[in-house]
Amino acid sequence: MCRLFALTSTDPVSPMVAINALNVMKEGHDGSGVGLYLSGLSGPFAEHPEYPILSGIFTEKGLKRLDGIMDDLGFRPFHSVSIIKSAPPAGTPRRGVYLARAYEPPKAWADMPEAERTAQRVQTRVAIRQQGEAERDMMAFSFWPGVVMIKEVGDPLTVGEYLGLDRPDLHARRILCQGRQNTNYAINLYACHPFFIEGVCTMTNGENTAFIPIREYLSSRNVPGYTGYQSDSEVFTHIMHFTHYKLGLPVEAYKHVITPLSDAEMAGHPDQAMLARLKVLCRKMIIDGPNCVIGCLPDGTMFMVQDRKKLRPGVVGGKPGMYAFSSELCGLDAAIPDRDKTLDFQPMHLDTAYVRPECQEVTICSQLQALPRQR
Amino acid sequence: MQPTAGITPSTLSVKDLPWQVEWNKDTCTLCGRCTSVCPVNAIELAVHRKRVVETATGLMQKPKNTYSVFHGIRQRTDAAYACIGCAMCTMVCPNNAIRPMRLDEGTALRFHNNRGGHARTRGGRRNAPDSLLDQIKFIRISMLTDPALDAGRHEFELRTLLGRVLPPEQGLKAFQENGWVPAVREIYPLVIGSMSFGALSPNMWEGLQMGVAYLNEEMGMPVRMCTGEGGCPPRLLRSRFLKYVILQIASGYFGWDEILHAIPHMKEDPCAIEIKYGQGAKPGDGGLLMWHKVNKLIASIRGVPPGVSLPSPPTHQTQYSIEESVAKMIQSMSMAWGFRVPVYPKISATTTSRAVLNNLVRNPYAAGLAIDGEDGGTGAAYNVSMNHMGHPIASNIRDCYHDLVQQGCQNEIPLIAGGGIGKNGNLAHNAAALIMLGASMVQVGKYVMQAGAGCVGSEIDRCNICNLGRCPKGITSQDPRVYRRLDPEKVAERVVDFYLAFDTELRKIFAPLGRSTSLPVGMSDALGIANKDAANRLGIQYVV
Repeated sequence: MCRLFALTSTDPVSPMVAINALNVMKEGHDGSGVGLYLSGLSGPFAEHPEYPILSGIFTEKGLKRLDGIMDDLGFRPFHSVSIIKSAPPAGTPRRGVYLARAYEPPKAWADMPEAERTAQRVQTRVAIRQQGEAERDMMAFSFWPGVVMIKEVGDPLTVGEYLGLDRPDLHARRILCQGRQNTNYAINLYACHPFFIEGVCTMTNGENTAFIPIREYLSSRNVPGYTGYQSDSEVFTHIMHFTHYKLGLPVEAYKHVITPLSDAEMAGHPDQAMLARLKVLCRKMIIDGPNCVIGCLPDGTMFMVQDRKKLRPGVVGGKPGMYAFSSELCGLDAAIPDRDKTLDFQPMHLDTAYVRPECQEVTICSQLQALPRQR
Repeated sequence: MQPTAGITPSTLSVKDLPWQVEWNKDTCTLCGRCTSVCPVNAIELAVHRKRVVETATGLMQKPKNTYSVFHGIRQRTDAAYACIGCAMCTMVCPNNAIRPMRLDEGTALRFHNNRGGHARTRGGRRNAPDSLLDQIKFIRISMLTDPALDAGRHEFELRTLLGRVLPPEQGLKAFQENGWVPAVREIYPLVIGSMSFGALSPNMWEGLQMGVAYLNEEMGMPVRMCTGEGGCPPRLLRSRFLKYVILQIASGYFGWDEILHAIPHMKEDPCAIEIKYGQGAKPGDGGLLMWHKVNKLIASIRGVPPGVSLPSPPTHQTQYSIEESVAKMIQSMSMAWGFRVPVYPKISATTTSRAVLNNLVRNPYAAGLAIDGEDGGTGAAYNVSMNHMGHPIASNIRDCYHDLVQQGCQNEIPLIAGGGIGKNGNLAHNAAALIMLGASMVQVGKYVMQAGAGCVGSEIDRCNICNLGRCPKGITSQDPRVYRRLDPEKVAERVVDFYLAFDTELRKIFAPLGRSTSLPVGMSDALGIANKDAANRLGIQYVV
């Protein structure tokens, strides 16, 4: 199964910290791939936090096509991290350019409502992905301000060193990192977690046995970006996106969507009426684990939830200024050894553990508690 | 046949009948129970003459004939009295001296059961033992990465929703604004399908109601039962148990005068209202209660004079178009209960099911669609309707589910599948397969009668005389001398038994698939079949 490690920090941290943590959990994954989400970047990317960054992998021809596409849309390159490697390690195919490029948006965007800008970012990414799939020359993982995503096949540590991810302009305040065991899906970079849509990013450990009905449901929502589904874990990202954007609910409500309370637990709950309604309305998005989901929201809140049966490992711990979410304790020990271990917390079947972007504490919210008041 | 009798075209021998009564003279005690219990008078006490040639030893005496008589059973060969194979004779025989045996070859009877120009009518089923549902296997077994669950110890949510579910955004907005939302019931996904008071005997109905009440109140299983078109006993209408009942209205509107008058006195709302437009066993044909079943009690509940046949028209008299009929009736029924009760139509499976469904999708008051496949049962219908009319349920449900997925409305309008579920005893398997093909719940009738009351009907044209009111088990009879054989308490016990067993089996299916937190509606990746065409048609895996 996969191993997950996520880090949130007040100061930018090298992605290699997370990859090293993943490496100590290597017994739990077969090293068939690695996926990285980086946000809260330092360096040149931070100069214009509103500029969307396109992350992906491009062949030489693909890069030229990309330039044409972006130019036509009116985007002007601002800053790029281009990693070009010629001698990949065993198990990693030779590809073209690993690209993270921030673009200055077209002038028309200045007067555009944010919702429209968001829609255009998603449409641009999906269009590049689709065109790239046709010609097999472009892969686009994200196109969003302040976010870089990297995915590759191979052992995480080897790939991290091969790509030289320790470079300062990739240091980030929030990192999601996944070491992948390829199970029932062919090795395809689009099947590699974390998955990202409109500032929402999640990665998952485990299998979602309710995948097909949920995929059918999400695909029929008419939401641009609810596509792909090369992995059964992508639905977790999209459900979080749905909860956040379409339902306008806070992070504490996510678990009520994917794993609602039983009627007995709901009886006497302060939000009983609302939760009962939510359970009926969102029945199509109820997951069936075993799953541990770690994710990050557009505001930088990082969270971990478990499935209803709590069949996967997961722990959160750290110290003010830096917290980490890890599949296993050894990963946490490797990344933040000097924390108060007595405060480590392993979320159970009702818990949502989250850390706000200020990184001062871990908040534990049980589904049995009242939801925060909605304004 | 006597040597002097004439041979007419319809003169049949025992060999021409589908069921032949085997009788053993040596063990028969001549008690007469078999002849008195036979619901169709297929056997009669008879005096048989027997000749014995006695040959003495030696040549002095010539052989001589001795004539004697013995008493026993004779099977009648008149087509009107042909044995139906119910085997009640065997059941009552103290020595097992008698039993009906089925003739496997084609029988001449089928060419002569239209005497007087009357086409054969009967109750029962299609009499086709094959079942596509039985061929479906559950192939996505959770192994290693997603360990199989423990059917005995994990918590399972085996409930479904009956009612219109709004899209999440809309539903949540309505909640925040305190707006109206359609009524939704959370119920058990196995519903006792519509079998009317009248078609069923009072004892059978009472037994079913008691079983349902016990399951709800003692076992915590929200099981529901549909009344069928025959009204509802007044006391039940005014009791708190009404919430376990789905009231059916059909084209004859039988019993609805009583129901409407009882509305002000109702302590509880009914679970739902089912508007019957069609029935799988006799698609395009109305309900039929023959005059001999319409006694005083039935007549008063239905609001008709006793002793008259009650044929419902094939269609509702308000029907001009789907839009008008369905919308009007749904609206009227919803209004009668202040929009607190889900109202849904039931149709027979047909190639036009999708048109009906698409119409319902646009009707915000439509609470679901029940589709009844060709293998559904009935208390009375023409043989030709039962055998040859109708559409199989599996592909119909699948098509409708796909249509809902296309429109993003899956599970917002629940599909209720019926017709042949558990016809060979595989109730949980068939139900689970249909749920994974897209049904939100299933309805069963024949299984309930077979498992709950010992109905002897099978898929080989056995018994099938529900229409005559002479049901040998007292299930579909209105004659107290017959239905007193059926103890309502025992029926209730059996209903509880098979529901609990069904529940266990359902868990035993879902647990290995790694599903427990919600009913796996539409989980088609778990299904496989060793029939390429069926796999393609249903969009499931072909496995050999």
